[in-house]
Amino acid sequence: MEPPAGQHRPHAPPPSLWPVGFAVGIAVLLTGVILGWVVVAIGALLTAIFGFLWVRDVTGGLRTVPDVEPERREVAPPAAPIRADEGGAGMVASSESEIERFPRSKFLEGATLGLGAAIGGVVTAPVLGFAVLPAFRGGEHEEVDVGAVDDFPEKEWMITTFRLDPDLGDVTARTAYVRNNGMLDGRPSFTIVSNRCVHLGCPVQPNGPAEDKGTQFDNKGRPNQVIRVPTKPAGFGCPCHGGQYDTEGNPTAGPPVRALDRFEFSIRGGRLFIGKPYSVGGVRGEAADAVIRRYDHVLPGVHVEGPSALMYPLEPPR
Amino acid sequence: MPRAKSARRQQIERAVLYPLDWLEERSGLIGGVKYFIFRKVPQDIGWPQTLGSATLTAFIVQAVTGAILAMYYKPHPETAYESIRYITNDLTLGWLVRGMHRWGASVFIILMFFHMARVFLYGAYKYPRELNWIIGVLLLALGMFEGFTGYLLPWDQTSYWASVVGININGTAPFLGPFLAQFLQGGAEIGADTISRFYALHMLLLPGALFALIGLHLYLVIRLGVTSPPWSPEAAGRDRAEVAPTTNGRAGLVRPGSRGGLTRTGVRK
Repeated sequence: MEPPAGQHRPHAPPPSLWPVGFAVGIAVLLTGVILGWVVVAIGALLTAIFGFLWVRDVTGGLRTVPDVEPERREVAPPAAPIRADEGGAGMVASSESEIERFPRSKFLEGATLGLGAAIGGVVTAPVLGFAVLPAFRGGEHEEVDVGAVDDFPEKEWMITTFRLDPDLGDVTARTAYVRNNGMLDGRPSFTIVSNRCVHLGCPVQPNGPAEDKGTQFDNKGRPNQVIRVPTKPAGFGCPCHGGQYDTEGNPTAGPPVRALDRFEFSIRGGRLFIGKPYSVGGVRGEAADAVIRRYDHVLPGVHVEGPSALMYPLEPPR
Repeated sequence: MPRAKSARRQQIERAVLYPLDWLEERSGLIGGVKYFIFRKVPQDIGWPQTLGSATLTAFIVQAVTGAILAMYYKPHPETAYESIRYITNDLTLGWLVRGMHRWGASVFIILMFFHMARVFLYGAYKYPRELNWIIGVLLLALGMFEGFTGYLLPWDQTSYWASVVGININGTAPFLGPFLAQFLQGGAEIGADTISRFYALHMLLLPGALFALIGLHLYLVIRLGVTSPPWSPEAAGRDRAEVAPTTNGRAGLVRPGSRGGLTRTGVRK
């Protein structure tokens, strides 16, 4: 229904310049995230000042109490009792003062609503918890055997595909680029770089030739759990959005926000085990001499260093 | 003068009307449906105002084809792709129903945007219809979320990696992004839980919310009525008879003179 012509009332607030200043403040603040802390502070100050002025402007009408004559109401004398053979059927129309005398109905009304809310809460809480909480528990995997140390020739890269959880099958397949760096202080050193691009998680490819066929071997009684393919990369590149990395995983071009993730490793009985992944801010040096700025494992696209890392103060538990 | 109805005709009419009357007396549904179908709309609306019904039709097509696809689809990493292949290649007319669902999804989203553009350009979101615009925006968001969750279900390379990227885009949102991404993938990694979770969202939760909001949306459309276009002389409070029929070039081209005099002056209040 269109309101009748002539009864339209403007619903827009009166024009104001404060929102413009507020928007400029936010723009300055966001620019400051890139440029530096002083700019952030200036932006925050502008935002706060103009936000305050804006709110004060908008709520001006609410803070002045309009003069209203207090309402007065005639208290009706209690209705005379109606004889049973007179009047209509059903309840006598009750005036307000009569309701006050029978708060039982109020109590029942409140009890019904309260009970309903309680039942709703009791049912909803565990269901919501069930929907949300399992996603934040039990993300641990056992270490995965990817073959004998001797199968990884020194200074050679191997595209190594393995199953994080052999029970769950192919859906847990992960690929890492593994290089045997030789000995460091009498202990074997490996570079194990995850193939998940740290832009948005596509699989990065080696920039260089890879052999057609690799060697496969079974694990825990299951066939072809691990596949190793030798490759000679000059770096790594992501096909999705063009991110490029050097052989240590440092980003060299494109949108990646940090270096490629790596895996912990351990060696038991002459065999290489791949362990937990961790995130890397950057790598200085190469191979066995590399100095890695290590962080807890985070999602692709999440900054771990610099002011942008402040945007991600909390990491979900796994 | 209408001719008197034959006895036979009266008999048939009674037979038809009896169940309708029965229903009307007990539910009022017939009156409600009549009110919905024959309600008054402004005189000067046209095809652009049918985009909303077109979107609703597209949604119903999605709901029906989706429910039938669910009879054959198996949401598990080992079986999902195989069941999709079976639906497409082996089942009778499976290719058609899956195609309707797959392309209909795009049609639904596109129609929502056209409908939204019509409402915006005609100013139909203004008082008293602001709430319906807000509900419409929620419907758009839910529709896009349907598209996102449905895209993973074929479980081929495209859908898998597109979902990886989509989930990680959610994960880059400041502060709560990583939590949102982990909730979406149902764990620390994309895995068997992700596909069943997306299936449940796509199949049960989101359509339920969509149905409820569409009901609200329609209720408000019926309660508030359809808006006249911004150029409507009627809505501007002007007398329709003042517009000379010859100035309306469009009407003159199609039906010369016929729209002018009689209808415009005839219905004058």
